[in-house]
Amino acid sequence: MTTESESRPFNAASFYAFLKEGRFMGVRCRENGNIYAEARPIDPVSHSRDMEWHELSGRATLSTFTCISVAPASLEAKGFGRNNPYCTGIVTLEEGPRISARIAGVDAANPQNIRTGMALLIDMSEIDPDEPGLVFRPA
Amino acid sequence: MATTRSRRLARSVSIVGAGLSQFGAYPDKTSRDLFVEAFQDMQETIDTGISAQDIEAGYLGNYSADLFEHQGHTAPIMADWLGMTPTPITRIENACASSGSALREGVMAIASGMYDVVLVGGVEKMTSLPTEGVTDVLASAADGLYEVPAGLTFPGIFGAIAKAHMDRYETNLNHLLKVGVKNHENGKLNPKAQFRVTVRDMMDRRKARAEQRGEPVPDWDDELDFLNDARANPWIAWPLRLYDCAPITDGASCVLLVASELANQFTDKPVHIAGIGQATGRPLHDAEELTSLSAARIASAQAYEMAGIGPEQVDVAEVHDCFTIAEIVASEDLGFFAPGEGPHAVDEGRTARNGDRPINTSGGLKAKGHPVGASGVAQVIEVYKQLRGEAGDRQLDNSGLEFGLTHNVGGTGGTCVVNVLQRG
Repeated sequence: MTTESESRPFNAASFYAFLKEGRFMGVRCRENGNIYAEARPIDPVSHSRDMEWHELSGRATLSTFTCISVAPASLEAKGFGRNNPYCTGIVTLEEGPRISARIAGVDAANPQNIRTGMALLIDMSEIDPDEPGLVFRPA
Repeated sequence: MATTRSRRLARSVSIVGAGLSQFGAYPDKTSRDLFVEAFQDMQETIDTGISAQDIEAGYLGNYSADLFEHQGHTAPIMADWLGMTPTPITRIENACASSGSALREGVMAIASGMYDVVLVGGVEKMTSLPTEGVTDVLASAADGLYEVPAGLTFPGIFGAIAKAHMDRYETNLNHLLKVGVKNHENGKLNPKAQFRVTVRDMMDRRKARAEQRGEPVPDWDDELDFLNDARANPWIAWPLRLYDCAPITDGASCVLLVASELANQFTDKPVHIAGIGQATGRPLHDAEELTSLSAARIASAQAYEMAGIGPEQVDVAEVHDCFTIAEIVASEDLGFFAPGEGPHAVDEGRTARNGDRPINTSGGLKAKGHPVGASGVAQVIEVYKQLRGEAGDRQLDNSGLEFGLTHNVGGTGGTCVVNVLQRG
C-alpha cells in the first residue's frame, strides 16, 4: 500500500519536506534498482520513469571535502567565515550514490586532521528547517 | 554513441580578427563599454578593416549581467552600441563557458551556409558587486538544489576536487601554487592582463611596504615560502588559497569568423577552426570520478577527431585555470599527461613557456583575469595571436607552431568546450 507521504512528487520540495520531518528519502528506479539521493523523476542512466521513494540509512563515508573560509551569505549568517571555517564535501552513501553535504563535528580549522574514508552519519539536529541542506557528522 | 560519432563541418571556418578589452577592475565601465572596447581593438587588427554593418550575425557569451549589473537581454544592447542593428545577435549562457559555446554557435552558423561573416564574443562586468556577492552569483552556476544547500561554493567544489587529487595521486599544495607562479610569469608579459606582475614582484612589494611603514619585514625566502604564509595568502576553500583562485574581472573579447574561402579578403594570416567539441557533465557528486571532468575528456576527443590530430600535436594550449587545480586536471583530461602526472609536469617546468607543453601563455584566467562570459573567446584570441606570431614578449618560437587548443569549462564541468585551431 502506498502511504500519503510516499506518493509525493519526485522533486526538491518533497526531498526537503521529508528532511524537515527527519526522514532522508532518496529515490529508487524500479526497473534496474538504481538509487539516487536526489529526488529525480527520471533515472538518468536507465531512462526509466518508474521511480519510487527509498528511505536511506544516513550511513556514509567521506569521499572528499573542503574547508571553506569565504562563506556564502546563508552560512555567514550562521557565524561561518574567515575566523570559523566550515567543512563540506562529497559523501558516498551506504546504498551507493554520492551526494554533497556539510560535515559537522570536525575541526574545519585543521583540515589535515580530517580523514577521507571516515564513517559518517546524517545529523538531523543540524539541519536548519528554514534553509534545509544535508549535514553529516562522524559516526 | 552520440558523443563519439565522427562529425565534420559542412564548410570550413576561419578566424580573421580578434579583439580584447583591457582586463581589470573598472568602476566606470559597464558591459557595453567593455564590449565596444574589444570590438574597436578587433577592428584595428583586421588588415582590410571591418564595419559593424558587414557582419551578418552575432553570438554573445554572457553569464550573468542580470545579477552583476541588473541588466538582462544583453546581446541587443551590445549590437546597438556597435551600430550593428538590425543584424541578429543571440546571447549564449553556459556559465564560464558562455563565450566558448557562443563561438561554437558562430562556427556552426557559417558551416551551415546561413552566414559568411559572424561576430562572436563575450563580456562580463563583475566588480560591481562585493566579493561575497560575486561568490553568490558564481555559486548559482552550481546545482542550487543539491550542491549550494550543502554549503558548497565554486572554490569549494574545486577545493574538493583538489583534495581528491591529493588523495589519489602525489599532488601536493606546492604543485597547485606553482601553477599560479607560472601563470603570473606569463601574465606579466601580457599588456591586456589584469595582473602584470609575477608572484615574486608581489612578494617584494609586500616587503617594501612593510619596510616603509616601519613594520617587521617578513623573511620569505622565495615565492613558495610567501605563498605558503597564510597571512599573505589566506585560505579560501582548503586546500585552495587566495592565489589558487582566478580573480574577479571586468572584460570583453570578440573574434570575427568568416567562411574560409573568404578569409584572404580580410587577412593573409587566417587561423582555421580545425576541430570543435562540446560535452555536458553532471554535478561533482554524480560525476564518474572526483579527479577528472568527463565533459572535458569527451569534448577534447571530439575536437581531436575532427581535427585529425592527437594531443601530442598540440603546440600551445589555453586551458580553464579558474583554480590552479583546474589547470592540472585539464592537462590530464586533454591527454597532455597521464592521470596523476599533471602535477609532476608543473614541477618539471614542462607547462612553462620554455617547456615542451606550454600552457596558458596569456597568463591564464589566473593572471590575465577571468571575466567569466568573455573567457572562452579570450582563450581563442591568445592561441590566434601565438599562431600568427603576434603574442609580443610572450611569443613562443613561432616557426614550428601549427596547432593550438582551447579548453573552456562552465561551472564544475557541467559544460566543456574544446577547440583545435590551425595556422592558415
